[in-house]
Amino acid sequence: MTPRDAVLPDAGLSGRDRQELVKEAGRLLAAPARRRLLRDGLTLGGLAMLTGCNVSNSETAEALLMRFSRFNDRVQGWLFDPTRLAPTYPESMITRPFPFNAFYEIDRVPSVDPAGFRLKVAGRVRQPGSWTLEQLATLPQQEQVTRHICVEGWSAIGKWGGVPFKHFLNLVGADLGSKFVGFKCADEYYESIDMPTALHPQTILALTYDGQTLPPKYGFPMKLRMPTKLGYKNPKHIVEIFVTNDYPGGYWEDQGYNWFGGS
Amino acid sequence: MSSVTASSPRPAGQQAGRGAVVQPAWVRVTHWLNALGAILMVMSGWRIYNASPLFAFRFPTSLTLGGWLGGALQWHFAAMWLLAVNGLVYLALNAATGRVRRRFWPLSPRQLVSDFGAALRGHLSHDDLARYNAVQKAAYIGAVVLLVIMVLSGLVLWKSVQFPWLRGALGGYEGARLVHFLAMSGLVLFFLVHVAMVALVPRTLRAMILGR
Repeated sequence: MTPRDAVLPDAGLSGRDRQELVKEAGRLLAAPARRRLLRDGLTLGGLAMLTGCNVSNSETAEALLMRFSRFNDRVQGWLFDPTRLAPTYPESMITRPFPFNAFYEIDRVPSVDPAGFRLKVAGRVRQPGSWTLEQLATLPQQEQVTRHICVEGWSAIGKWGGVPFKHFLNLVGADLGSKFVGFKCADEYYESIDMPTALHPQTILALTYDGQTLPPKYGFPMKLRMPTKLGYKNPKHIVEIFVTNDYPGGYWEDQGYNWFGGS
Repeated sequence: MSSVTASSPRPAGQQAGRGAVVQPAWVRVTHWLNALGAILMVMSGWRIYNASPLFAFRFPTSLTLGGWLGGALQWHFAAMWLLAVNGLVYLALNAATGRVRRRFWPLSPRQLVSDFGAALRGHLSHDDLARYNAVQKAAYIGAVVLLVIMVLSGLVLWKSVQFPWLRGALGGYEGARLVHFLAMSGLVLFFLVHVAMVALVPRTLRAMILGR
């Protein structure tokens, strides 16, 4: 009955996507292709050592590395088990104070007026429109104490509460066969995630932190909390959510971070 | 030299005697691909480490690869395929050809202690490069074990949710982070000693390039 059953078992990939994935894997494993990769790798390695290990400017190296990153997106989509849960922790293990982290200093955290705030919902949904914070607060809520893992390597345990994102997507009639859910944020940040992760049972549209209204430093008015994703994939200060089949990219991804960016 | 011929396989058509193959082609190829993969992984890994140091030091930027965190991550997650696929080929061929048994068996603690003492006094013989002494055996096995630990702990860091059993075995995400660092340290230590030993017995380098 629910579209979830049609979407989750194959990790959100359409038949054609899966065929392409298998084909790509086959290509990579085929001996001539592997030899070519290894040969290129040798060349890059030699280049790296000759130039003092900074070949980031080399277009060839960058193009090859980006291809690997795209390939890794596919592998990670394939490895993703939508039923596998991130570990949860007792409240005594919450990291206090939970670190503030953004692409700017804390004094530049955006201030959002709760009274005038409207969350915009757009794209491949049956009911596009806008939501007030009061309306969101009336939806079913769920709390989690999970580990936030930053791409830099550090981690911290925090407690978030909010609307299960799958419930919200169903409520707005999102086309769950779409490839991406995109986010626009009040601090100019933007992000996008894969549909299987959007439907993961621990993905929540977080409105609270540690039992309190989500404070500005942690993303007021709302943050998408996904314990299966690295920190930069969890957008804060969300003002618009849209469902799409056109790759929306992301603030860090467009500079080179891996798009899948998680477990 | 007959012992060399007997203990190491050589491709058909090659001359026996002085020119007998010490390191078959697949060992040489996987060795150097592994060296490249490990060096790329360590240098990009140091850059990633520097983004959020686990201890009170950073690696010198000039020794790192990637230019910035995002670039280092791209190198790390590309070179991992080289390291892992090449490592699996190496392990499979070692098992399939029986080389692991021929080269690394037997290895007794007593032999290890006595060879280690001889090594310190400079009394170890390297007349026959196809026969590893006990210290070599232990060091090479140790390097392989460290690489396996690096890959497994790396899997937990990369996919912390998808491998719960492995994550638990390594002490959770933060435990795996520490294991990943310690195994890297051990591997770098191996690398330094390995290169120093090769400098002392340069014929081994020739054997690992030309095979004999």
